[in-house]
This record gives sequence, structure tokens and C-alpha cells, in this order.
Amino acid sequence: MSLPQVAVVGAAETTELGRIPGMSQLQLHADAALNAFADTGLTAKDIDGVATAGESPTGVAHYLGITPSWVDGTSVGGCSFMIHVRHALAALQTGQCTTVLITHGESGRSGVGRGRRGGAAASLQGQFEAPYGPMGPPTSFTLPVLRFMKEYGMTHEQLAMVSVVQRQWAAQNPRASFRDPISVEDVLNSRMIAYPFHLLECCLVTDGGGALILTTADRVKDFPQKPAYILGTGESVETPMVSQMEDLCSSRAFSIAGPRAMADAGVSHGDVDHLMIYDAFAHLPIYGLADLGFCERGDAAAFIAEGNTAPGGKLPTNTNGGGLSYMHSGMYGMYAMQESVRQIRGIAPAQVDDCEVSVCLGVGGMFAASGCVVFGREPR
Amino acid sequence: MSRPIPAPTPETAHFWEGTRQGELRLQRCDDCSHVYFPPRPFCPSCSSRSVTVFTASGRGVLASYVINERPHPAFEGPYAIALVDLEEGPRMMSNIVECDQTPQALQLDMALEVTFETLSDEIALPLFRPASGGDS
Repeated sequence: MSLPQVAVVGAAETTELGRIPGMSQLQLHADAALNAFADTGLTAKDIDGVATAGESPTGVAHYLGITPSWVDGTSVGGCSFMIHVRHALAALQTGQCTTVLITHGESGRSGVGRGRRGGAAASLQGQFEAPYGPMGPPTSFTLPVLRFMKEYGMTHEQLAMVSVVQRQWAAQNPRASFRDPISVEDVLNSRMIAYPFHLLECCLVTDGGGALILTTADRVKDFPQKPAYILGTGESVETPMVSQMEDLCSSRAFSIAGPRAMADAGVSHGDVDHLMIYDAFAHLPIYGLADLGFCERGDAAAFIAEGNTAPGGKLPTNTNGGGLSYMHSGMYGMYAMQESVRQIRGIAPAQVDDCEVSVCLGVGGMFAASGCVVFGREPR
Repeated sequence: MSRPIPAPTPETAHFWEGTRQGELRLQRCDDCSHVYFPPRPFCPSCSSRSVTVFTASGRGVLASYVINERPHPAFEGPYAIALVDLEEGPRMMSNIVECDQTPQALQLDMALEVTFETLSDEIALPLFRPASGGDS
């Protein structure tokens, strides 16, 4: 017995991105959801499945007026939304619900209606990391990179090229936060945040949101937009403590979630027209390319520096400008999937020619988790 | 302001008792010999509950680090947040003391040895300094 296919039939971001001081975090979820409703012609009454992270699915469902028969509150960082897609796929295939709404909203910059995070002193992080002075992602997510540089000969210039290339993509995107071209020198001359990371190698901090609506393939003809089929998915988690990752040069969660999603989809590397790799910091696309198997680990930095992922390159990657130049609210995974869906629909600002297959790899925490979704223009 | 002070739990109490006595304590599985950190009363490799606390050598090497340039109330000026690969296998986060906090002074794979900083009556924090010689 073959399971039914599932597709994204609605996809939208918040009306604005960047600085949105006039909206609470919960309203950012709703603004994106309402835009996704408009994209499909549905209303809250048509939705029977809700998944979200950052806020609770209870809060989002009640605020929007949804009466769900299926919820998923998996919250493992910025890739939670990829994992929601994976869980929604299973739920839709098995008839647990018919129409799933996945929302993200985050007042990352303005902090309106946003809860504070903080580790308890009795947690393992509180006992074995916090005393040593890490101050959030710029000093934690970045910790493995000097080891990668030594093991694989990656240079500071190659790391900087990740930011340079993504700015080239952002220049084509009117909604990108930063669009002016930058050079390797600009990156290396920008303020040092945490050696070896300069300001321009760290993601933005912005406000925004996004929402996806998924249903089974038999219904795609009922919707005005081209469907983006879910061809394959993967998920995994490794450790909440970056100091305890098994290999400082590889994400175990990437290497499980990514290849699993591609295998499920039945696609090989040569089939992939478009790639998104969650880029909270400049090293993430390098780790992602290697963990997905697009190149050898020692070649990944050069692969980007030589222009293979840039406009005109053979593997267009992070074509919205990424977390480094487009936007990054804190849990960026939703925006990476929005770009994959735009590319599959053929409506992206920097549209890839004849985009049939898009792979979207997300990270959660500091290499703590991963979710991956392979989108397709045609069903499997 | 001082560093964030750890709050021990029943599972980690032996570790912090050790640091108060100037010992870095790890755990070894009685069944599969796996040595691990952070502390827990079972083996994360084979799930055995039969594990033994032992005192580690305190020696390790610098695995990776960043030098934080943003001000932190517990630190003066830029400081390295380091990952130390212990001789017995596990890795831990720490700071490198008695050493310039520069890329020139902080060389990956340099030999390190543990030292302890007293934060409170209960907590002595393990830190690392360049090894005094002979075991690099």
C-alpha cells in the first residue's frame, strides 16, 4: 500500500520583515498565518492541524480560532519547522488530520511579547558551560570552527567568502535586510565578535514570521498556487551542549537528517537544483555541504569560495541571502523553507532556472538538532 | 560580578566535591570501560548503571576556542572560551588561564593542565593553563 503524497499548498511570510515593533511575537505568527490563508483561500475553520515552536500550539490555535485534531509543539530550535513538516507528512498520510498549519513568529529584534530564555544553574549547561562565559550563539555555535580550520586547512578568507556569496544573492532580493555588495576585505575588516568570527560572518537579528499550509496531493488542484510536494524528510538531535558534540568538524544531526531526507525522496546529489542550508553563522553552509555529501569535508570551503553556490554556480544555495543577509529572527528555519517553496513555485526574486528539486537543511540550537525537507515540483 | 555559579545536582555532586579537593573527577563504565563527561549515574555508551568515579590526570590539549570580544561582567577584556580534550577522552568547556588571550598564544593542540578557581564555599571551577612541561 502506498501512502498518499503531501504538498505545501500555502506559504507566506509576515507582511513586513526586519523591524516590526508594532507586533507582539504571537501576532507575528498570526500575520504570517493570515497571509498563508490568503495564499490558499482557506480560513482558520479549514485548518485541523497546528504545529509551531517558540509559542505553544495551544496559544497559536486559540489566537487564530482553530479547533485542531492534531498538534505538534516540537521545539528544538530553528529547525523545528522542518521537523513539523516531517511530522505533518506522517499525520496527513495516515489521516490524523487533513490540513496542517505550521507557524513561526519571532520578535527577535524588538522583543515585543517574547519570553526570556535562560539556563538554570543546575542544568548541565549551567554547571559545565555557563561558568566559562559563553554569551549565546556567537560564542557557542562558533566554537568548533578553529578545529575545522586546522584539520581541513580552511582559511579565514574562505570563511569570509560565505558571507560575500550570500550577499550576492541578497542583492537580487528586495526584501533582504542587507543588499549592498561586500568583499572579503569588508568581512575581515568588520568588527571582531568572537575570534575567528567577524560581524559580517554572524547572522542578522530581525523580527518576522512565516507560515506553511500542507495537505494531501489529491487536493492540490483546489488551490491557486503551484504545489511544492514533500519528497522526503529527516530529523535528528545530538546534544544541547556544543562542547559535547561528537566531532567538532561535523554535525551528527545534519549527517542523519540530511541523507535520510534525500534517500526518502529518492534523489541523488545531481538531481538537486537548489539548496538551502540554515546559516546562522558563516561556517554552517560549509558543514552542511559536507554532511549532506555534496563534497568532501576538506573541499567544502573551497567549493563555496570558488563560486559553486553563488549566482551562476552549479549548486545555487541560500538564494534569499540567508540568515547572513536576508533575515534571521532567531529560529530561521521557516524562512529557508519559504525560499525553497518560492523556488519550486518559480516565483523567487533570484529564481533558479527550471527548479524541480530543492533541499532545505535546518539546524537547531548550536549543532543540537536538525531537520531536513526535500521539496519537489512534481510528486514522487 | 562573578561567573555564573553552578548548582550541583545529586548526579553531579561527586564532581564538585572533587574540584573542592583539587581533583578533576570523571566516570568510567564498569561494563564497557567508556569514560565520559558530563557526569551522570549511567554509561551513555552502553546504558549500564554500573559506573565508577575516578580522578583524572588533569591533563589535556586545546581542541578549539573562540575569543569573545563582547563585554562579560565576569571577565576583563577579551577572553577565550575553550574546548579541552582530556587525556582520558572526554571533552569539556573551560577557560585558559596564565596565558595571553590571543590567537598567537592559544595554539590548537597545546598541552594543558587543570587548575581550580574558588567561586564559593561549594564551587571550585576547573580551569586549564599551559602544561608546566615534560608532557606535551
